[in-house]
Amino acid sequence: MTVQDQEQLFQEKIDKEIRIEPKDWMPEKYRQTLIRQISQHAHSEIVGMLPEGVWITRAPSLRRKATLIAKVQDEAGHGLYLYSAAETMGITRDQMLDQLHTGKAKYSSIFNYPTLTWADIGAIGWLVDGAAIMNQVPLCRASYGPYARGMIRICKEESFHQRQGFEILLTLSKGSEAQRRMCQDAIDRWWWPSIQMFGPPDEASPHSAQSMKWKIKRFSNDELRQRFIDVCAEQVKILGMTLPDPDLKWNEEKGHYDFGKIDWDEFWNVVNGNGPCNKERLAARVKAHEEGGWVREAAAAYAEKRKARMTQKNVA
Amino acid sequence: MSGDLLSNKQEWPLWEVFIRSRQGLDHKHVGSLHATDAAMAIENARDVYTRRMEGVSIWVIESKNIHASNPDDAGSFYDPAHDKVYRHPTFYDLPDELKHM
Repeated sequence: MTVQDQEQLFQEKIDKEIRIEPKDWMPEKYRQTLIRQISQHAHSEIVGMLPEGVWITRAPSLRRKATLIAKVQDEAGHGLYLYSAAETMGITRDQMLDQLHTGKAKYSSIFNYPTLTWADIGAIGWLVDGAAIMNQVPLCRASYGPYARGMIRICKEESFHQRQGFEILLTLSKGSEAQRRMCQDAIDRWWWPSIQMFGPPDEASPHSAQSMKWKIKRFSNDELRQRFIDVCAEQVKILGMTLPDPDLKWNEEKGHYDFGKIDWDEFWNVVNGNGPCNKERLAARVKAHEEGGWVREAAAAYAEKRKARMTQKNVA
Repeated sequence: MSGDLLSNKQEWPLWEVFIRSRQGLDHKHVGSLHATDAAMAIENARDVYTRRMEGVSIWVIESKNIHASNPDDAGSFYDPAHDKVYRHPTFYDLPDELKHM
């Protein structure tokens, strides 16, 4: 069979919603694109533990602390599901970690913003996890089997993340004047970066068409962004807070909210390494990896010793 | 081979994880992970795949020990079953009056 025939067969399977599995033939470009997409997502989960992790010791109650630990632990788990999904496409875990640690691989830009107050933990849950869910639910039907299965697990778990975030904000919104201010301030700072999470506008997203054809992307960036804004514009009313966009207005004709201009220069600036915490985040990951080296070595040495003992026993 | 894991930059082996979600059901593949040995693979599988009581039993098997059929051969490999519709109960033409069958 020629490559063209194989490509046609491959696309027919995708059109018929037949999932692609690890050992199936796939175009090299599909493999590369997915490796990049899945590993970037994995890195985002891992780096995403950092801004929240710093609040574990300062959580305002035992209940909040237990929840936050569970959430951060979930994010580690999500990173692991995704790394193992990417590995089925022929990249190794070490290669992916190298790409992250050398700055070659990207992760979601949102995690390059700092978490200044406890309310940020609420805003991250509501907005950042909310945007992530909006992005991820369609990926549960992605054409690549291991990826789709991983996303199903992730989406099930993310729902708690968003609800706990909203609950934090709701509590603050009913609190003292200072707590209400803190709540509004966190929403103000996280809103714009959150709606940037859907990626550049459709006309500036050149690879989207191919990804949609391959069904590793199901809706366009702008479609999902609009859906998210519509949902949040209503939810924020329950908090008695506002979204920091003077142009946000219900458009009866369109059946959607109109919203203000997004600062894409800021987005690209953060993507390109100049956000408030890019250096700090990467340094923290590299430090954790290096300082964990002795644990990996000790575990390996222990496994070798046990294996040797077993072999000896078998010989004797 | 001794020293495998200790050599520079050697990844821990990959394990496939199978979980029985409750008594009476079979173990189902849920994903994979890295571990130095089976005991560590089972503990890691508990932490990665059963944080919400998804399992009552875990199997792990080193990925390299799994042998799989080749998807490229699927056409011919499963061909023998294609023309044997008579293996299915719906193949048989029976009157509607016939009950309990």
